[in-house]
Amino acid sequence: MANLTIRIGDLKVCKTPDILVTYALGSCVGICLLDSTAGVGGLSHIMLPDSTAGVNGASAPMRFADTAIPLLIKEMEKLGASRGRLRAKIAGGATMFAISNDKFNIGDRNVAKVKEMLAKERIPILAEDTGADYGRTLFFYPETGVMEIRAATRGIKNL
Amino acid sequence: MIKNYEDLSPVAIDCLKEIGNIGSGSAANALSQMLGKTVTMRVPDVSVLDYQHVIEQMGGPEKVITGILVHLNGDIQGMIMFLLEDSFAQVVLSTFLGKENVFSAIKEMGNIMAGSYLQAIGTLTGLTIDMSVPAMTVDMMGAIMSVPIVEYSEIGDKVLFINDGFVIDGVNIKSNIILIPDMKSLYILMKKLGVAEDG
Repeated sequence: MANLTIRIGDLKVCKTPDILVTYALGSCVGICLLDSTAGVGGLSHIMLPDSTAGVNGASAPMRFADTAIPLLIKEMEKLGASRGRLRAKIAGGATMFAISNDKFNIGDRNVAKVKEMLAKERIPILAEDTGADYGRTLFFYPETGVMEIRAATRGIKNL
Repeated sequence: MIKNYEDLSPVAIDCLKEIGNIGSGSAANALSQMLGKTVTMRVPDVSVLDYQHVIEQMGGPEKVITGILVHLNGDIQGMIMFLLEDSFAQVVLSTFLGKENVFSAIKEMGNIMAGSYLQAIGTLTGLTIDMSVPAMTVDMMGAIMSVPIVEYSEIGDKVLFINDGFVIDGVNIKSNIILIPDMKSLYILMKKLGVAEDG
């Protein structure tokens, strides 16, 4: 059994019983996808909503919700997953600093875009732990489908 | 024109380091006044590092630290972020305990230190730099660092990292500062300092 770590702006897929981990999500969003029948899981750690808004979108598709999610699905299909069986759990999208004139508000926009993309791909969201003002570490166990959230001051939550 | 931090010449990097040195000296003075204690400064370690390196060097993504974020406006746009480890907060605590809200004391300290850095840069360059009210949080370092990583992802994954060592009443404390001017501001800064690669 392997423990695969996904860095910021990256994604990985695995077969059960491997575990997918991403540390300290702030405004970023972690997207866990699972085909439980095929035993194939995937985790994407996106930074920004939209690849077309900046200049380097094409060069780093795994950083953006609109390009990372289709890529994650494709990688899972290569391991034998079927698109129609995919289910999602998502976490992150916090606002780490309370800034009164926050023009960015990136956490909320990330979550909104992830939901839009999952709806477009017709993937139901079974659970989410998003928003608020704290960081989250995410463990995803494709074997059981459990998404475990660890926060610095709020203990552990299983979704 | 330089497009990201990777394009900086060795001369430009030296120049940024010098800004870090001068800022740290100025911050040590401010700190001494605020705490009413003798503050001596070790030579700061100033480097241009990638974010992952900064996070690893400071103890990994899940280490809990205090982050203070200040946005820069005016001639220079960007942000300064203070990453304070426990020892730093302890000194503030021991000084201000019972006097006022510790959270706001630490925030005020971030405010004063950011101000002294900016004053040093302003004096050196003749630029006017305004700063936002500091925002503060205590959380996992990875989550705190994701704020500049995301906001400046187009610039690249490198930042100016200043590792200050202060000695306050015989106690060694470390403060880590990251300074991120946006690319246009970095160019303005380099030009003012006479080390811009072109124009």
